[in-house]
Amino acid sequence: MKKNILGILGLLIAIFVITAVLNPKFISAYNMQNLVKWSSLYAIMGVGVAFVIITGGIDLSIGSVIGLTASLLAFTLSKNWDPAVAICAMLGLSALIGLVHGLLVTKAKLQPFVVTLCGLLIYRGMARWVTDNQSMGFKGHDQLNEIFSGKIPITDTFALPMPFVFLVVIAVAAALFLNRTIWGRYLLALGNNEEGARYSGIQTDNLKIAAYVICSLLAGISGLLFAFELDSVQPAQTGEFYELYAIAAAVLGGCSLRGGEGGILGVIIAAAVIRLIYNSINMLGISTHLEYAILGIVILAGVVADELIKRYTAKRAAAKQR
Amino acid sequence: MAPLTPLLRVHELGKQFPGVRALHNVNLTIACGEVLAVIGENGAGKSTLMKILAGVQPADTGEIFIDGEPIQFQSVREALAQGVALIHQELNLAANLDLAANIFLGREPHQCGFIDQAKLHAEAAQHLKRVGLDLPSDTLVGDLPIGLQQLVEIAKALSCEARVLIMDEPTSSLSQHETETLFEVVRDLRAQGISVIYISHRLSEVKELADRVIVLRDGENAGELSREEINHDAMVRLMVGRDLSQFYDRKQHDPGDIVLELEEVRTPEHPHCAISMQLRAGEIVGLAGLVGSGRTELLQTIFGVTPSVGGNMNLAGEPFAPQNPREAIRAGLALAPEDRKQHGLILQMAVRENASLASLGRDHKNGLLNFEAEETVATEAVEQLAIKTPSLDQATVHLSGGNQQKVVLGKWLALKPRVLLLDEPTRGIDVGAKREMYRLMEQLAADGVAILFVSSELEEVLGMADRAFVMHEGRLAGELPRDQLSEEAVMQLATGTPLAA
Repeated sequence: MKKNILGILGLLIAIFVITAVLNPKFISAYNMQNLVKWSSLYAIMGVGVAFVIITGGIDLSIGSVIGLTASLLAFTLSKNWDPAVAICAMLGLSALIGLVHGLLVTKAKLQPFVVTLCGLLIYRGMARWVTDNQSMGFKGHDQLNEIFSGKIPITDTFALPMPFVFLVVIAVAAALFLNRTIWGRYLLALGNNEEGARYSGIQTDNLKIAAYVICSLLAGISGLLFAFELDSVQPAQTGEFYELYAIAAAVLGGCSLRGGEGGILGVIIAAAVIRLIYNSINMLGISTHLEYAILGIVILAGVVADELIKRYTAKRAAAKQR
Repeated sequence: MAPLTPLLRVHELGKQFPGVRALHNVNLTIACGEVLAVIGENGAGKSTLMKILAGVQPADTGEIFIDGEPIQFQSVREALAQGVALIHQELNLAANLDLAANIFLGREPHQCGFIDQAKLHAEAAQHLKRVGLDLPSDTLVGDLPIGLQQLVEIAKALSCEARVLIMDEPTSSLSQHETETLFEVVRDLRAQGISVIYISHRLSEVKELADRVIVLRDGENAGELSREEINHDAMVRLMVGRDLSQFYDRKQHDPGDIVLELEEVRTPEHPHCAISMQLRAGEIVGLAGLVGSGRTELLQTIFGVTPSVGGNMNLAGEPFAPQNPREAIRAGLALAPEDRKQHGLILQMAVRENASLASLGRDHKNGLLNFEAEETVATEAVEQLAIKTPSLDQATVHLSGGNQQKVVLGKWLALKPRVLLLDEPTRGIDVGAKREMYRLMEQLAADGVAILFVSSELEEVLGMADRAFVMHEGRLAGELPRDQLSEEAVMQLATGTPLAA
């Protein structure tokens, strides 16, 4: 666990230093501010999906949930809903989506991949239909804009973006839940061996449902943050493919898709690495057409390195055992 | 028996693993048509020796001779070419292929890459016949019970013209009946001149089957017993290196009040069979029967894993109908399941986390983990049960079977259960750990715990139970008080024969 974080942290620092040396503009306050903001947005999604991945499941619907909540928020505000009501409705809706996923996975015993793949299609379709696929903005909602996309000044040039504040609160809560509560322990146990956990008296279904609710709820929160960050919503595009970034962050951050393994800090660092790679490609003048390829190679290399480290430590542990 | 010609000879074999000497100057010979049992406690070196013989791993020192010729195996394939085949503990068959395809997997008779189906099935049928499997060769392996799958493995080995079969715990998941079938096949093979090296924890089987016994202890030869010398005590003495005068250290119990009462309970597996029984405090009750007779299912229903579909249960006079294990645990039940790795433990988690898993729900503070209480629970388990582990943070996957079982028990004892359900509590654990398990059962019974244990080892049921229920095809075939407990009586009930009055 600790080793995972050190590896990914090393990667983050290495890319950071190399980019900073090659292009001093990289460490400008403006660029850093942007980097922190986007890393935070990715990390919130990643933390959410980490919970589902720890149970041995997957959530492919995150991007569509983001698109749906962002679109519906813009839509309801345009219909003069009270902002507080609209936001609560979006949070409630995303939690409800998670609940449905959880119930379908645990009670109907459907595979998470299938359930959330259908979710991906359904929520995107709903977002486009309800809004008639019209782009929408948030003119006249300065207060909301301040909450979701504002900045807290630190120095004259650097200000902490609000998504980072959201991330800190969410990450602390998530880490406490996972590492310090009995339910976090139960989640890890059932991810490793669901039947074994059940035989030990753990209500595995309820915990799995909770994991899907957490994941979709955080996707919903991300949707609100992205909406104000982008300042306009395209129902057909907002959040598209974001589930893949979230899953990549979770996996690169030390979550095993087999379940039972993972930590919050690793996921956050990995989300930062993903954003950092994008930023570095820009800063270093590498063709942006290579973005995806480089991202794919780095994630693959990270996962391979992680596997090698694991095998090495397992071998050493086995040798010690004898 | 006719004079036997030595077929395989192992001379001064040695194998070193980092930090431990697995084998040291081990000698062994086996003649044509001989059944040689190799026994020893867990960690005695049996598996290592067999892996070397089967070419899975090379030896560091020593020599192996076949027909007097020195040979060296670099792989399983080479060993097989020399006629040595290992029948694995975990079967290596493809469940989705038929018998013929499995027997010739990787060696299919073919023409220009097309499998010669006619030849394949014709030859497969011959080999199936040799192991007494009277089934069409296009039967899917997955449709066979595990006992018959093992025979397919043997047929597969014979098709490679194996002369020495190494069988590693072949009966560990077989019913009594399947075991008998297997023994017949082994005797048949012996008559055909095939040599069998037989590894087992079950000494009664060794006694029944073996022509000769070799005992390993701490990686060395500890002794050898010829056919006439084979008996339970002699084998145990050589295995543990000391006399175990009283293996089953039973004391007289004075059962207390009825703790658990089943009234016509029906399990989802056998809904047409109503089961009634009573368990008293401080009593050890055996649950015997063949594998598949519904014993495990009954325990799972009592424990709420598969809730009952009819009837009533009472726990200490209160109605008791657990819908999941949590409700059963809260009511004071505990189950050490048959499949430790799947159901008993979270293998990748540490001893500490496994030992505390069931008591976290009791010890938490507003949902927060109580690390102190966890430490106490785990430490007590390790001390009370003498769990051998380098530390509390050791992942349980690295522990031996006996120690894994102790961790499972430690998890439950922390909750001080009133009723302890044990499903095959000593399966796959060595003699020393078995004895500790029996002592623990004694001690818990003395403390007033009601124990219901499932066992396929008759010896164990006879040795430990105050009384025993015997199941047959999902129903309770009968109850035997201690003075009527005998191997014959249990087997009669287990096979569905009514007891002679």
